[in-house]
Amino acid sequence: MRNILLICKKELKSYFASPIAYLLMAFFGLIFGFGFFTATRDFVRFSFQAQMMGQQQPMNVNDQIIRPLLGFASTIALFLVPMISMRLIAEEKRTGTIELLLTSPIKDIEIILGKWLGAVTLFVCVLGMSMLNVAMLFAWGKPDLKPVLVAYLGLILQGACLLAIGTFISTTTRNQIVAGGVTFFVCLLLWLLSWFTAFDSGPASQVVNYISIVTHFENFSKGVLSTKDVVFYLSMIFFSLFITSRAMESLRWRS
Amino acid sequence: MCADLRLNVDYHVCLVWNINMIKVEGLTKRYARTVAVDDISFEVEKGQIVGFLGPNGAGKTTTMRVLTCFLPPSAGKVTVGGFDVLESPQEVKKRIGYLPETPPLYPEMEVIEYLTFVGQIKGIPSADIKRRADEVIGRCALGDVRAKLIGKLSKGFRQRVGIAQAIIHNPDVLILDEPTSGLDPKQIIEIRELLKALSGDHTIILSTHILSEVEQSCERVIIISQGKLVAQDSVANLTNRLRGAEAVSLEVEAADGRPNPTEVQGRLEQVAGVSRVMMKESKDGRITLEVESLQGRHIRAELARSVVNSGWNLNELRAVGLSLEDIFLQLTTAEPKEEGGQK
Repeated sequence: MRNILLICKKELKSYFASPIAYLLMAFFGLIFGFGFFTATRDFVRFSFQAQMMGQQQPMNVNDQIIRPLLGFASTIALFLVPMISMRLIAEEKRTGTIELLLTSPIKDIEIILGKWLGAVTLFVCVLGMSMLNVAMLFAWGKPDLKPVLVAYLGLILQGACLLAIGTFISTTTRNQIVAGGVTFFVCLLLWLLSWFTAFDSGPASQVVNYISIVTHFENFSKGVLSTKDVVFYLSMIFFSLFITSRAMESLRWRS
Repeated sequence: MCADLRLNVDYHVCLVWNINMIKVEGLTKRYARTVAVDDISFEVEKGQIVGFLGPNGAGKTTTMRVLTCFLPPSAGKVTVGGFDVLESPQEVKKRIGYLPETPPLYPEMEVIEYLTFVGQIKGIPSADIKRRADEVIGRCALGDVRAKLIGKLSKGFRQRVGIAQAIIHNPDVLILDEPTSGLDPKQIIEIRELLKALSGDHTIILSTHILSEVEQSCERVIIISQGKLVAQDSVANLTNRLRGAEAVSLEVEAADGRPNPTEVQGRLEQVAGVSRVMMKESKDGRITLEVESLQGRHIRAELARSVVNSGWNLNELRAVGLSLEDIFLQLTTAEPKEEGGQK
């Protein structure tokens, strides 16, 4: 456990020692802020209109601002993940520092978990930028807290899952660009899979739909915490980290 | 060290550990198509400095990587401190300090930060880390750069940080892959001295393709070529054993007038035991020659007598013993069969 935290701390330090962490946080904050601005502006406009026309249409901050915004955030996460995970192990392989880690008395799985945890922590920090905006809604409005928390949990789980896949991809190459590119491709594919089922509900589409990472986020974004989705994400994380450790081992046998 | 080992290891292992720190039996490492290391066996005693010598691509790095548990052996048994690299890699790793060919440094870290991190992952208790880090900083003369970013250090300093990293947990065995490559002569001397200072309580294996380095800092040499062990012995023995014939360089000057070079050459060729006389230089009445003896003959005294008896002055006479360099070339370029014969 101590070793996992050590690696995680080291990973975070190197993220924050380089511009990556700040760049990602700034970009995400900017994009999310823009989305937030438009969504809120429109919401305010509609609510004025509704009042003037005397309609009793229910306006809901949760449904009309937070939910679409966090859904938007889950899409941006697809772009963030490769940038966070690409360097994890590929860079250590390129610079040779992997030799230090693999010849130290720590287990492979501790290295992998530490690195993955570091990446997830950075992801949470980046995601944290959106809380600035969401906090404003709580300051001037009365949204429900619980669905927001569930949605954030969903975002973190989805990110953690994609990062685990990214960690695996980073193990297979010594070239960061390749690792990032492939991870991005895989993220995109997992996202596109949900399109496949838009107008079809045969058994094949159900399977594809289940694999798509984005569909499992939908329940979270509605504020529904379903065991099925949590289990899906957790098992994906477990599976990805497991094959990462296998890949790490094969690294020794092959290279 | 042995005392606390005895707590969890039986006495037999402890005994073995004392005598042979490293034991390699029939180590073979195959990659997909090539055999990098082919059936190598050797032992290293506690406290020895052993030089690992071979041309580039001979399998030095691969052997070291097996010893450090970075790569598993394809065949053979490798134990460090009595622990097998395959069965208990964690125990082996605790006892080994390793400096790979390129020092494994994180450029975004400060020296002290980096050493602390390495100390932590090597399992030093948190209470001791600061003390150990300060100690290695002192030992490797890193005091001036302790708060600098590693990425901004010069090559010499980086190499020293690499060595500091390898010794921070006070390992029994130190494995250094070309520790002096890319350093300037002054730095090389410093590192050599550092290694000598460390050799007392550490067993050191260092690889190099620079021969003078082995002659100066190692007690034993293991020469490998094309994945095969070619020779292993002490430096002195190796030189003696392979120096069958004696080579002598001498400078002759005439006391009066100019001696005829061919006359000198002719005279020396008649000395008993001489196989060949080579004219090197003839300038201002000084003639430099190189004389080789027949196998196992000592000819220096005879040569001197012959020169003096002919009425010439003998300005210089010295043995040009075969250097390790010659031996190395002889061993690594000869046919495999002959190499076997040398052993």
